[in-house]
Amino acid sequence: MIEFSQEAKRRYNAIVSHYPEKRAALIPVLHLAQREFGWISQEVADYVGELMDYPPSDVLSVATFYTLLHKKPAGKYHMEVCRNVSCWLMGAYRCVDEIKSLLRIDVGGMTEDGRFSLNLTECLGSCGTAPAMQVGDRYYENLTPQSLAEIIEKLKND
Amino acid sequence: MTKVLLSNIDRPEQVKLETYRASGGYRGLEKALKLDQAAVIEEVKASGLRGRGGAGFPTGMKWGFVPRNSPKPTYLLCNADESEPGTFKDRLLMERDPHLLIEGMAIACYALNCHLSYIYLRGEYEFIAHILQKALDEAYEAKILGPSLMGRDFALDIFLHLGEGAYICGEETALIESLEGYRGYPRLKPPFPAVSGFLASPTVVNNVETLCAVPWIIQNGAAAYASMGTEKSKGTKLFSVSGHVNKPGVYEVEMGYPLLDFIKNESGGIPNGRKLKAVIPGGSSVPVLTAQECESVVLDYESLAKAGSMLGSGGVIVFDETTKMPEVLSVIADFYAHESCGQCTPCREGTGWAAKILRNIVAGKGKRSDLELLLKIANMMEGKTICPLADADVMPIRSFVNKFRNEFEDFCNGH
Repeated sequence: MIEFSQEAKRRYNAIVSHYPEKRAALIPVLHLAQREFGWISQEVADYVGELMDYPPSDVLSVATFYTLLHKKPAGKYHMEVCRNVSCWLMGAYRCVDEIKSLLRIDVGGMTEDGRFSLNLTECLGSCGTAPAMQVGDRYYENLTPQSLAEIIEKLKND
Repeated sequence: MTKVLLSNIDRPEQVKLETYRASGGYRGLEKALKLDQAAVIEEVKASGLRGRGGAGFPTGMKWGFVPRNSPKPTYLLCNADESEPGTFKDRLLMERDPHLLIEGMAIACYALNCHLSYIYLRGEYEFIAHILQKALDEAYEAKILGPSLMGRDFALDIFLHLGEGAYICGEETALIESLEGYRGYPRLKPPFPAVSGFLASPTVVNNVETLCAVPWIIQNGAAAYASMGTEKSKGTKLFSVSGHVNKPGVYEVEMGYPLLDFIKNESGGIPNGRKLKAVIPGGSSVPVLTAQECESVVLDYESLAKAGSMLGSGGVIVFDETTKMPEVLSVIADFYAHESCGQCTPCREGTGWAAKILRNIVAGKGKRSDLELLLKIANMMEGKTICPLADADVMPIRSFVNKFRNEFEDFCNGH
């Protein structure tokens, strides 16, 4: 049986207190759960459902609507490369190819050590600094195959 | 030119309360608190400010729709779910001048008699959440927010709420559903949020840029704001420019600025001496303009509507002569197929099939009859759904296929 850490429980109570109705806290709580447990597994949905008194199916139905909530394990560094118009124009797919060859993974895949995973994503709001990717709560912008190699090297040793 | 939104954007440490105050910050709120609530709404109405998220609805009028004597609380929701492809202006305001947004929200809350307000920030912008939260914490510490708004007998709490990745949640009723903890399915209107929105209470949803214009309007007066821009499009607007330009970025200009001058003077023109082919003037949802059509267009709501497009969110995407337009449309169609919430059949099916047909065409496997099929699908989606997402796919499909028909036929050559 999984459980929030003391810190996460404190955070949970703070989140719930921000809303007039508990239900409104569900999505921020799922965000917290993902930070704690890595992804929204059936077990995590069961736990959040139990905690907030909603059926796990209801919790999963919400989680599956939102792309940032992972429905399968993601790497420690989950790289999401923007594929929308401006990034595409400025060479997003060259960057994707570079990541694929550097890490020997495909889009949707993860390295064997669980360090990196790769996905394409929709517009990140980095059109003026394209191409761009999101890794956790960080943006990397004006990407080039060279800068990507450096970023990956740094994250490998992080 | 007078800057309403970006005058302090490059000031070092503008994110800090101290710096913000030194640059004249929170004086608009101070002034607003000396006025009647109704007078603040009248001032915003008189300024001619229109919603900067894309729809361009008059802000003061929207505020005026909130019933004055509702037994339920009123909510102000700041729409910071910026995700219209080509748009990155709200991000700049929040990253560099977060107190400007907080001040705008506080003025709006006072005018609307709202005591609890949320910033719905797209989840991808989590790095901005850290900046905004710091600014909110400072505002609480300085007793600007909290039990007494700047020392007045008026409680105001503003909380930050992170989305989790869904373009549709920028649509105001989907945003409300999502904030309530559900899948982001848009609601049928009426009832409009002003009457029954968040938790079935009166709710105003305003875009970041809209709210950021409010402190200036209150401080300098509606007349000063309305003196800028054109007859129906008042004030200044942020434009996010990307694609084939030398200086992509966010620029604030007065409404009515000629589009081609804007591309040349503000964003440094097109690189490598290439020629302009097309421009998407207001985010990927609006009809594309050919280079020739751009010649007579100025940047305001009316001029772009006259040219058959829209000002939208002000996301200007520039394409040079080397761009293959069917490939661009395929990227756009994939986006709408991915982001359709699936609630309405015409959109769920239509966006998916349009994307598949376009992928086929771009791969050189399309037939000319596919173009007719695409346009037919567009007709079957348009105006038949709860929210405008399907229409947002129809507008690029129709405009790209009709205006660049030869290119699409070339991709279908021999079939």
